[in-house]
Amino acid sequence: MTALGYNFGYLDENTKRMIRRAILKAVAIPGHQVPFGAREMPLPYGWGTGGIAVTASIIGTADTLKVIDQGADDTTNAVSIRRFFAKVTGVATTERTGEASIIQTRHRIPETPLRQGQILVYQVPMPEPLFRLEPRLAETRRMHALADYGLMHVKLYEDIARHGHVAISYGYPVLVGGRYLMSPSPIPAFDNPKMDRMPALQLFGAGREKRIYAVPPYTSVRSLDFEDHPFVPVRADAACALCQSRESYLDEVVVDDQGGRMFVCSDTDYCGTRQSHREAAE
Amino acid sequence: MSAPLLQASGLSLRFGAIAALDDVALEIHPGEVVAIVGESGSGKTTLLRVLSGLMRPEAGTVRYRDPAGAVHSVHDMGEAAMRRLHRSDWGFVHQNPRDGLRMRVSAGGNIGERLMAVGARHYGGIRAEATAWLQRVEIDPERIDGMPDKFSGGMQQRLQIARTLVTHPRLVFMDEPTGGLDVSVQAKLLDMIRGLVADLGLAVLIVTHDIAAARLLAHRLLVMRHGRVVEQGLTDRVLDDPQHEYTQLLVASVLAA
Amino acid sequence: MTMGMSWSIRTEGLGKAFTLHLQGGTRIPVLGGVDLGVAPGECVALSGPSGAGKSTLMRCLYGNYGAGEGRILLRHQGEILDLAAADARAVRAIRRETLGYVSQFLRVIPRVPTLEIVAEPLIARGTPREAALAAARALLLRLNLPARLHGLPPATFSGGEQQRVNLARGFAPGYPVLLLDEPTASLDAANREVVIGLIEAAKLAGTAIIGIFHDTEVRDRVADRLFEVLPMPAAA
Repeated sequence: MTALGYNFGYLDENTKRMIRRAILKAVAIPGHQVPFGAREMPLPYGWGTGGIAVTASIIGTADTLKVIDQGADDTTNAVSIRRFFAKVTGVATTERTGEASIIQTRHRIPETPLRQGQILVYQVPMPEPLFRLEPRLAETRRMHALADYGLMHVKLYEDIARHGHVAISYGYPVLVGGRYLMSPSPIPAFDNPKMDRMPALQLFGAGREKRIYAVPPYTSVRSLDFEDHPFVPVRADAACALCQSRESYLDEVVVDDQGGRMFVCSDTDYCGTRQSHREAAE
Repeated sequence: MSAPLLQASGLSLRFGAIAALDDVALEIHPGEVVAIVGESGSGKTTLLRVLSGLMRPEAGTVRYRDPAGAVHSVHDMGEAAMRRLHRSDWGFVHQNPRDGLRMRVSAGGNIGERLMAVGARHYGGIRAEATAWLQRVEIDPERIDGMPDKFSGGMQQRLQIARTLVTHPRLVFMDEPTGGLDVSVQAKLLDMIRGLVADLGLAVLIVTHDIAAARLLAHRLLVMRHGRVVEQGLTDRVLDDPQHEYTQLLVASVLAA
Repeated sequence: MTMGMSWSIRTEGLGKAFTLHLQGGTRIPVLGGVDLGVAPGECVALSGPSGAGKSTLMRCLYGNYGAGEGRILLRHQGEILDLAAADARAVRAIRRETLGYVSQFLRVIPRVPTLEIVAEPLIARGTPREAALAAARALLLRLNLPARLHGLPPATFSGGEQQRVNLARGFAPGYPVLLLDEPTASLDAANREVVIGLIEAAKLAGTAIIGIFHDTEVRDRVADRLFEVLPMPAAA
């Protein structure tokens, strides 16, 4: 019991066991969506309840938790989830990617490569990658069961025919382990290559849709593409205004009322670390 | 002589008191065009759906011989195998092109879908193939990115045929392919089907109530009534020397078939 | 007649009756006990009064009408086959390889050019496309159908032109057995001569020919003998 009178991790042990069973199944079938019984959370759906349920079920006293929203540790959503877990578990929290054993994320993968033993928990609004193309859920399940993914390629074909390139910049669909089509959650397509053969375990929780899926360490994650239109991770062609990185994913920030803009790293820890190294070097 | 591609026997299916299929047997060989004729309600569309695995009979079997020579029971093969068959080795042309096309996907995407479903991953190659097929079905290749709902009924049907034939199926089921079209458009479409079938050496099972279409396309004819095949044989013989009372009525009621 | 290769097509007790179900099941016997054998290179002209069943016999011989009784034996690819008992696929194979038929009227296939119509049976038998088209072109020219018409569908052609298309299609493959139904009916004298020449050449090549020739002059020049088809007594 924590100081507030909640069970460790907020959820009761039976619920956590149920979710862990779903996670084990998801790990066993990489990319396959496993249903689970979502519980009421002290946050509305859309604020990361799926990710919170997953984190709550796997977190232990020895863990160190990092929470990011769009790459940042200091936004409202990230801060409130981090505080929530600090309260209901008492575990250590961090903003350092390298120090965390569990990283819960909304819409980004940290720039610092993750290592074996770490767990990345994604908050997922819509787990079904086919939902815009095929509105019938029963049919999408059949398509997954039969690996019948021609329709997804039709969507990519249509994009190239219309725009000259695949017009998906977030949630770019991937094929996991050569078998299941999976939504990577709304991370930028730029982050997709980081998922491929990642040493860390990747878990995905969708609270409203009540689905969990997973990518075990070192699993192949391939972004769908055509031989003559290969997948290209795109970032703004600029350097970070704060750390001068030309490798990291950048956010465009409006800085004044005169339309002034600048590009900065979306990963605040990465950016901050680089800045302090530069300062130390000077 | 070659072994049959599809072989059905003892097919029966009732809808309540009505026998939609009553002990129907049929076989079709590679390259053969077989028409199933009869008035509406005779069971011909039901037969097509049962033969193509879309519907299960109460009794009887349908066997399909794959390109490797292995014979499969169509209604025991499982959904995955059935889908694979329907998107590669088989084709189905619906009467209403809306049932066979994706109306919100471009003409090129409609043709390309079947190629992609069987593993094509080269955009330029898919596009070239789609262009060639549009030309083949006499649709201006400039309309490759056009949406089918902007096409005329005849064009939609030709697009459906291109989409179906692009993977070079061995067996194509056609359900009244000229059904909803104007007479002049029908004639053009029939010629096109006739030419494609001959060029590609397709086996075709076509359901039609149009005797003239059957004469033009089919090598062999099955006449259905009340769920039974009342007469079958060489197309010109069935039409010129009909034996069964119902066939005589059917032929007599058609002008200059 | 002796056995062995002495015939290319032979009927044994061939009979045909029509049952008109729409007219109270009236049965009309048209042919009975027809025994006709035709040797390779022989041309037999069917004779008999109009309505005696000559056309019915021709249609039975082609499998267009089903034979009611008896057999129609043909030598097809080294085997003796009974056309009267053959299934649809066997009849198609016989028509492709062995048995040709020139009807009085061309059944026009819409939008298909004349040259393709004539070359089609050659291509169906495995002749390379270019060779088939060349043979078709030569035959059409021989039948005085000018090259400018070869690319057009024959739907708008005159009766005589359509008949020549039909003749070219029937003669092009060189079938071992050829049935000719009024092959010169709508032709002028010059084209009649061409057809007589084609028939004579086919006979020299060993084709067995059965024909209906209303034009007695043509008949007398090409036929080796007559075979009389007599009307059946009316049914009781």
